[in-house]
Amino acid sequence: MRFERRDHPSALLTVLAPVGAVLAALLVAGVLIAIAGANPLRAYGLILKGAFGSRLGLSEMLTRATPLILTGLAAAVAFRARLWNIGGEGQFYLGALGVTAFAMVPAVAALPGPVAVVLCLMAGAVAGMVLLLVPLALRLRFGVDEVVTTLLLNFVAVLFVSLMIEGAMKDPLAFGWPQSVPVPDAAVLPKLMARTRLHIGLLIALAMAVLVWWLQARTVFGIRARAAGLNPRAAAFAGVPLGRTLVMVACLSGGLAGLAGAIEVMGVKGYVTTDLSPNYGYSGIVIAMLANLNPLGVIAAAVFSAVMFVGADSMSRALSIPSYIADVTVALSLLTMLVAIFLAQYRIRR
Amino acid sequence: MTRVLELTGITKRFGALAANEDVSLHLDRGEIVALLGENGAGKTTLMSILFGHYTADSGLVKVEGRELPPGRSRAAIQAGVGMVHQHFALAPNLTVLDNVMTGTERLWSPRSARAAGRAKLVALSERFGLRVDPDALVADLSVGECQRVEILKALYNDARILILDEPTAVLTAQEAEGLFATLRQMTAEGLSLIFISHKLHEVMSASDRVVVLRRGRVVAERRTAETSRAELAELMVGRKVERPARPPATPGKVLLEGVDLSLAGHGGASLHGVSFRLRAGETLGVIGVSGNGQTTLAGLVSGLYPPDAGELLVDGQAVRVFDVPHAIAAGIGRIPEDRNAEGTIGDMSTWENTVLERIWSPRFSRRGMVRRGAARRATEEIIRDYDVRGASVDGRIRLLSGGNMQKLILGRVLDAGPDILVAAQPSRGLDEGAIAGVHERLLEARGRGAGVLLISEDLDEVIGLSDRICAIVGGRLSPAIPADRADARMLGLMMAGDWSAAEQMERADAV
Repeated sequence: MRFERRDHPSALLTVLAPVGAVLAALLVAGVLIAIAGANPLRAYGLILKGAFGSRLGLSEMLTRATPLILTGLAAAVAFRARLWNIGGEGQFYLGALGVTAFAMVPAVAALPGPVAVVLCLMAGAVAGMVLLLVPLALRLRFGVDEVVTTLLLNFVAVLFVSLMIEGAMKDPLAFGWPQSVPVPDAAVLPKLMARTRLHIGLLIALAMAVLVWWLQARTVFGIRARAAGLNPRAAAFAGVPLGRTLVMVACLSGGLAGLAGAIEVMGVKGYVTTDLSPNYGYSGIVIAMLANLNPLGVIAAAVFSAVMFVGADSMSRALSIPSYIADVTVALSLLTMLVAIFLAQYRIRR
Repeated sequence: MTRVLELTGITKRFGALAANEDVSLHLDRGEIVALLGENGAGKTTLMSILFGHYTADSGLVKVEGRELPPGRSRAAIQAGVGMVHQHFALAPNLTVLDNVMTGTERLWSPRSARAAGRAKLVALSERFGLRVDPDALVADLSVGECQRVEILKALYNDARILILDEPTAVLTAQEAEGLFATLRQMTAEGLSLIFISHKLHEVMSASDRVVVLRRGRVVAERRTAETSRAELAELMVGRKVERPARPPATPGKVLLEGVDLSLAGHGGASLHGVSFRLRAGETLGVIGVSGNGQTTLAGLVSGLYPPDAGELLVDGQAVRVFDVPHAIAAGIGRIPEDRNAEGTIGDMSTWENTVLERIWSPRFSRRGMVRRGAARRATEEIIRDYDVRGASVDGRIRLLSGGNMQKLILGRVLDAGPDILVAAQPSRGLDEGAIAGVHERLLEARGRGAGVLLISEDLDEVIGLSDRICAIVGGRLSPAIPADRADARMLGLMMAGDWSAAEQMERADAV
């Protein structure tokens, strides 16, 4: 058996690949559910019902999808340019910390609402950018592999958050819990649905997905970033400024991850803790891969992931199947997606 | 004559494309058969079937009278067929001996029979005159030595039939001569050889018999002694090809001048005090054995790196900013040395590859946004005007053949109407028909008054196209001599670093 590269991967196949991958993952996870003693179809029905069946479920699912869209975009833009940013988690936390620190400046609370919100979002994005520019500088200057540095900086970032919320930014009214002072009301994102946690961060995330798509498909920066990723030598020959292009990619990628953290603080939690993120940064990598690095596909992949996690919670209450099945399914779908992407590009010959 | 190899009625299709159509071929003991054909004629496919990499749709392969099971490389090796690939399959971090012995021993055998292996390798290398140090690291070997190791590897597996896929593609002229001498010696020892090539002169000098493939079919078979280059060229291409002749030059003002340029090599050889002048309407040829600074010189003039010392003058003005957009804006058109690694981005579309180097110009972008309509129209025009076959505006460029890819590169460069054209190895790896097309374009550019800096290792090409010729040796550039006074001996001396005759000629002209 051998693999031959397809000359023209068909558009249909490119769309069907992720769908097939998700179905295959659900099939395998279904076996696990059956082993755990429940009817897989019923379990999946309950997952869907949990995520879509009620106003609360739907709003929770979308609330969960919001940061995932942003961290997914962060990974997708970086990977497109072959900048292996594994540090979304750290950038997420630094974005969260950045916005909180910025909001502690007394003048911010006095600003009119929209101005304060925009400035705060930017502060979070900048904090995320900075954390990615450091490993990029090391790569450009000394050839240090960014996979290692961005990954390890995640732990540095979380410990730094821990340091700050136990110290300089500790909330004196939190009964000794390690959490930061809350952001002022002026910096809180308006709700999208009354009496739920869903906030306008979702719209920001969707807008970002469209913006990233537009940047990649329609701008000089987009073409150059892709060229730099696919063949740096040819890109340099064609006059693409490699360093400058990668810096811009890093600003976008780190900025998006930082924005995710800022939005999570401003829209959901109101303050920073070290358990702010259930691995949103790492999940972003999975989502980007599931979306085949397509910014609009990221939305679908993030929603899929959010449905699994939110739905699995309510399903596990009804069927007493551990909600870890959501982790398993999402992880499986990453594996099946990698196979599907491969099969969409190659054909099998005997 | 014993027949050692027989291919009968081989047919292989990839989709609608018939790569091989009813191909039959035989090889006798002690014979060298050249398999001649243009790129894409089906030579490599045929040999891959013989060697078991592909399975034929129909047809038989017989080695020494016994049929080979299809699709089994190991069976081919055991039957005594060895293949030397164009791209070496050697591990650079292992020694020659390790590389040769890899795969010949069982994985779980408790100890390696290195002493016996070494004795066999040394005996083989003496018998065939393939001298190489068994303990040298492959990473330290030259390309020619690597090829020797590849051949030894096949011989070590007791190959009696050897297939060489474009064996000279990576060799210098001298190394190629040496290789052919070795091949002769091997046939004298009873081996039989097939070598794949699209170069007429080496087919003529090294083979006993020529089989010509065109579009997957055998179109002719000739005894080498009874044919000629011209006949083979015609058979291979299917029509008469003649490289275009060079009309007399009408040199104008100096367009490009290098003054004492020095540059530490970026991964290649360095330049030391290089000076040259390129006038409008002339072609300056730079010959030399690869690795003498050609890449660095081309990169410098192409705007990839600034010189460490010296000046480059375009139109009399010293260049201050060395980057690609400035070079292009100054009217320098650049044909890169390596189409695939440097000239194109395989997974991007044809239109993106066409406009990428000029994407900053107002024609193709405005305020950071790509003018896709204009870019696609320009690409369509280039595909049409330069006869780029098989290209679609949105298709990935990796699907193009080498010749068509080069046509597209020529198109995107010449479309801008450059005053100066830097052509680095413009016909490397192309077949006769495509080469003639490239040469025609280069002469056309010169005809309309552009200065062409032609950097090439192909002596015929440089002699055929250039008005003046200089040699690059160890990063230094010889004086340029008029092409009509250059002969092979003189150029050979220049390439070897003996410039006294060239200097004399230059002094005589100055007087």
